[in-house]
Amino acid sequence: MTRALDTRTLDTRTDRSGPPLPEPRGPLSAAVVDALRGGPVRAVDVDHADPYGDDLQLALHCCYELHYRGFDGADDELEWDPDLLRLRGALERAFLAALHTDVEPSDDVDAEVEALLVEPVGPGVRGLSHHLQREGTLAQLREYVAHRSVYHLKEADPQAWVIPRIGGAAKAGLVTVEHDEYGSGRPERMHSLLFAEMMTELGLSDAYGAHVDRVPGETLAEVNLMSLCGLHRSLRGASVGQFAMVELTSSPGSERLVRGMRRLGCGPAAIRFYDEHVEADAVHEQVVRRDVLAPLLAAEPGLAADVVFGIRASLLLGDRMQDRLLGSWERGESSLLRPLPAG
Amino acid sequence: MADPTRIVVTDDGPALVTGPVEVELPDGSRVRSDRAVTAVCLCRRSRRYPICDASHRRKARQEGTDA
Repeated sequence: MTRALDTRTLDTRTDRSGPPLPEPRGPLSAAVVDALRGGPVRAVDVDHADPYGDDLQLALHCCYELHYRGFDGADDELEWDPDLLRLRGALERAFLAALHTDVEPSDDVDAEVEALLVEPVGPGVRGLSHHLQREGTLAQLREYVAHRSVYHLKEADPQAWVIPRIGGAAKAGLVTVEHDEYGSGRPERMHSLLFAEMMTELGLSDAYGAHVDRVPGETLAEVNLMSLCGLHRSLRGASVGQFAMVELTSSPGSERLVRGMRRLGCGPAAIRFYDEHVEADAVHEQVVRRDVLAPLLAAEPGLAADVVFGIRASLLLGDRMQDRLLGSWERGESSLLRPLPAG
Repeated sequence: MADPTRIVVTDDGPALVTGPVEVELPDGSRVRSDRAVTAVCLCRRSRRYPICDASHRRKARQEGTDA
């Protein structure tokens, strides 16, 4: 809260302070972080930056966090600062252009959903949850949870942006799933809280944003896609596609993580988060297909290609994150930029 | 009068039951679910029977290319 709210008398600050500002990773993120500290928004060269790289993705992450919890030391009103929004727009265009280059277009949502519902099994499957089920170490599990915390400590929040942007039965269906994510009215069952309890049991800080400086651009990009699609009405189809991808694929993966955690002797609070998702997402899969995708596409058939884009872009970014983590572990290295404190 | 409980029987998986449910099994044991929608397993492949865990999904086996 370093900048005064100039002429406004309304105090828009919240009583809790946000996370600390992350450490910049290059000129783009430095420009955003400096602006969040109260400085002017510098002109930066977005066109030559790696759209999936650490610098651009951290810069985007910082822009988006203004719409969630903000940062300690950043004026909450910067959420609507025109210069910062202009920079955010340039970062988003670069990210989206890369995704559109790398994602094969299609408007066949049914085929896409069918493909997601086939579960690959057997020794040839390369996957994070498969690795953690079969042979991952406790240190790797803790790293995995630190990566995932960037999303799960605000689980369901990025998708909540899309609620006012769709109508009718699709809205009701989406809210049914979101309501479950938020604990169906019982705060102790909120998935973000279950995740925080798992972190605590694994000896990890559950403070919002605590691990952002440790996670690579691959991890930030997955969550940035959710915020990007959620914050643009024009991307509502992609937002629903991203949401569908998570809900359709998470149940079997959660079961594998439960087994991995049991194998590693994790405690009940750790196991509970993924255990809850085995059942919850088996239901959410059905609701997303029948009560979200079907009515959305009936009402707005023109969104089909965007829905597939949302699914495929999330799969692409998920694969990139997976390759980054498994690649590090196969080389015997940490997947984090900075080590975790001992648990 | 309250609306009747809606049960949606899916073609590929569970029955979807709205509202909290309690399922009594042949041995007299009861399983309760407080979800807005509960997926009750019909294929009996669920490892959490009577609650669906998506085990009805088609599986595609991939053999390993390395150890």
